[in-house]
Amino acid sequence: MSLPIAPKPTLRRFHEARWDEPIIFELDTPGERGVLPSRPEPDLGTGAEALPDELRRTTSPALPEIGQMRVLKHFLRLSQETLGADLNVDVGQGTCTMKYSPKVNDALIRTGRLTDLHPLQDEASVQGILEIIWRTERMLAEIAGMERVSLQTSGGSAAIWTNISMIRAYHEAAGEGDRRDEVITTIFSHPSNAATAKAAGYRVITLYPDADGYPDIEAFKKALSPRTAALMITNPEDTGICNRRIAEFVDLAHSVGALAAYDQANANGILGITRAKDAGFDACHFNLHKTFSTPHGGGGPGSGANGVSEKLAPFLPGPVVERDGDRFYLDGERPLSIGKVAPFYGVVPNIVRAYAWMRSLGAEGLREAAELAVLNNNYLMKRILEIPGASAPYATGRRRIEQVRYSWRALYEETGITSEEIGVRAGDFGVHYWTSHHPFVVPQPFTLEPTESYSKAELDEYADVMAHVAAEARETPDVVRTAPHNQTIHHIHHDDLDDPERWAPSWRAYRRKYFADGDG
Amino acid sequence: MDDPVGTAVGVIVNPVAGIGGPAGLKGSDGPAIQAAARARGSSAGAGRRARVALARIEGAHHGARILTAGGTMGEDAVNAAGLIPHVVYRPAAAGTTAQDTIDAARALARAGAGLILFAGGDGTARDICDADLEGVAVLGVPAGVKMYSECFAVSPVAAGAVAARWMTRGTLPVAAREVLDVDEEQVRHGRVDPTLHGTVPVPVDPVRTQARKSPTAASEIGAARIAAEGAVDRMRPGVLYLLGPGSTLAAVADLLGVEGTPLGVDVVRDGELRASDVSERDLLGSIEPGNTTAVVTIIGGQGFLLGRGNQQISARVLRRIGDDPLLVVAPEQKLIDLGGRPLLVDTGDDDLDRRLAGHIEVTTGPRSVSLYPVEAPEPF
Repeated sequence: MSLPIAPKPTLRRFHEARWDEPIIFELDTPGERGVLPSRPEPDLGTGAEALPDELRRTTSPALPEIGQMRVLKHFLRLSQETLGADLNVDVGQGTCTMKYSPKVNDALIRTGRLTDLHPLQDEASVQGILEIIWRTERMLAEIAGMERVSLQTSGGSAAIWTNISMIRAYHEAAGEGDRRDEVITTIFSHPSNAATAKAAGYRVITLYPDADGYPDIEAFKKALSPRTAALMITNPEDTGICNRRIAEFVDLAHSVGALAAYDQANANGILGITRAKDAGFDACHFNLHKTFSTPHGGGGPGSGANGVSEKLAPFLPGPVVERDGDRFYLDGERPLSIGKVAPFYGVVPNIVRAYAWMRSLGAEGLREAAELAVLNNNYLMKRILEIPGASAPYATGRRRIEQVRYSWRALYEETGITSEEIGVRAGDFGVHYWTSHHPFVVPQPFTLEPTESYSKAELDEYADVMAHVAAEARETPDVVRTAPHNQTIHHIHHDDLDDPERWAPSWRAYRRKYFADGDG
Repeated sequence: MDDPVGTAVGVIVNPVAGIGGPAGLKGSDGPAIQAAARARGSSAGAGRRARVALARIEGAHHGARILTAGGTMGEDAVNAAGLIPHVVYRPAAAGTTAQDTIDAARALARAGAGLILFAGGDGTARDICDADLEGVAVLGVPAGVKMYSECFAVSPVAAGAVAARWMTRGTLPVAAREVLDVDEEQVRHGRVDPTLHGTVPVPVDPVRTQARKSPTAASEIGAARIAAEGAVDRMRPGVLYLLGPGSTLAAVADLLGVEGTPLGVDVVRDGELRASDVSERDLLGSIEPGNTTAVVTIIGGQGFLLGRGNQQISARVLRRIGDDPLLVVAPEQKLIDLGGRPLLVDTGDDDLDRRLAGHIEVTTGPRSVSLYPVEAPEPF
């Protein structure tokens, strides 16, 4: 007797939804309304009069007019046309630390007790949220071993910017601001380290890896001088290789009077295992939307945390939350502070989510999360390196921490199929990957980071898809080259995204560049 | 009807390319060497390697028509790959010459080839460069003995894949790449002294140019310009600058508003051209010790800063300049493309080479430098 339900094949017979949905501006139907808000009381005014003239617009925004149900359908359809973090085995977004964000934490932030708060309320009436901010800061300070933490920034790069701003203020306060005009970083540190240092006015010196894949310490020694303001470095780097001599790098920086900033946007492999303080760093930052489980990037607002040693504490952005007995208050009277780097207290919903996540796990749970992330990564690396044509350049044969930047170089030389084409074909099986940050140091790169959230069964499914597509690249390269076949859309022509004359990141730019509309 | 300019792919096979390699002859230039190679039992692999590339095209474009030259110069390989040859040039004799490569390339361009795929080595690249095909892109199927030039794909299949993508899209982004050549007679006498022969437009690996998280267009031409801006920022009033050859230095000359010599050395001071295309002797006469800097870039794919294509900036010139004679400028990607190999200096003066070895600052943009290792090359 045959089974009523056929057994599932090893690879998922996936097909993404294809709604062929118009752009929301094209749904504009004059006269339609989503909601009809009641008019304000006549003596209250609209609030617009409180704005300076130059901020007040004189014409109405050209927003589309659409009924509520149509709006709902629009966004539900778009949501079905993505491989979101809650749908796929999201280990391919390496460096982004895509972990499960427990839904209960989202329920917490939707309570009226949080959503009804206003940042301009009197301190006495917001003691609860101030306490959560204060306790979150203390927990993160303990994780990093740092003296103080600020939760004000709204993203990872903003947090890196905050670190270099504090370092600049520190040297200026010491009368060395003009003399110290150089920042040293590494080619495998996140590019925002070089970018923010340059934006802060520094000359940036980039170090390359030595033969073993570690930042070249001899080059670092040569780069250091009385002009050095800071070392800005990620560890483990995007390759997943942990720099065992990191404390030596920090000591060398200190020996010439420079400070050291630790990019810990992704600290997922080292929670409870090692701390920024243990390597002697003066500043570090975490992304709450990576290591601390708050939804990521396009999935929700980012949020950064800056940790500093005693030396840099006076320069933290402000105001900071202080505790006086049972009372929590905001302290904005800090003369050396670099000032505000974001409005009000920070991204409060994310602070609450991260607080809830850390409280639910406890110290032991945080360490276990890191250990599982490293274990998962090394299991997946074993599976991936069994695929002919895949490799993990640098530090060959050694274990990695929480992620690996792999290369399809050998497969490309054999088949002419690029890493990008393989990643697109993987979309036909309901998974995806991301290649690499600019610059492309590893040829034909792909970066996988499984975090602690995924089961062995899911990692096996992911590795099976990679092995299958790599085999297709050899046996039926046309299937890969012409992919995707089961996706929402077919090939994208990237020329329009690479040419400043043609790229259109907004509807207004699209109208202007392609329809010659004045201001759309 | 010819194909419209810039969309078709043309194929040239240099049937004798690579023949001298297995015979240990260090190259295949000239009929005498080719005959010697045959006498040693060698056969050229260029046709076979072209077939591998063409098979990749056939996979993507079944039965497509390919512009090519007759017989062993392409037609045979195109047929063998299952594609349809459209022969636009036939060599006069069985034994093809460098002139045949040049004439075939020109015929392909006239027939509407936008991309010429050639199977050969540095010598073939030099011949195609000499054909002077305005705007026609070039990509090498690696098949020669010497491949110092930057216009080769990493493998025959990879060359075929790029050509197939070109055919799908009608075009691809291109960037100027250096063609180098080595005098084979010198190689046979234990010396490598390649000269920078010129540049050709080469399709850029699309994976390279499309880093999606990169907010700016990572165009190669843009990168050379950004590096050049960094170099110009570092120039000081009153100092004499020697601008070496290479596309990055051409961008420096462009920013300074002077007419640079693409393959030669020019002398500038305070943004003004003092001398063009100078020789070593000219330089020795004009250097102001302590007040002169040689601005150089990475020449070719091997990572040479000195001793390849810019021999005018000789050991004697550098010694006369004094301590710290160099300002090195290059786009970051040029360093990345070295894949961890060091930069090389080979001035012929061992003491000087040793002094220059270590780590050197490479200017990659305004207020941006990379510290990169430099070595003197192993004896050839």
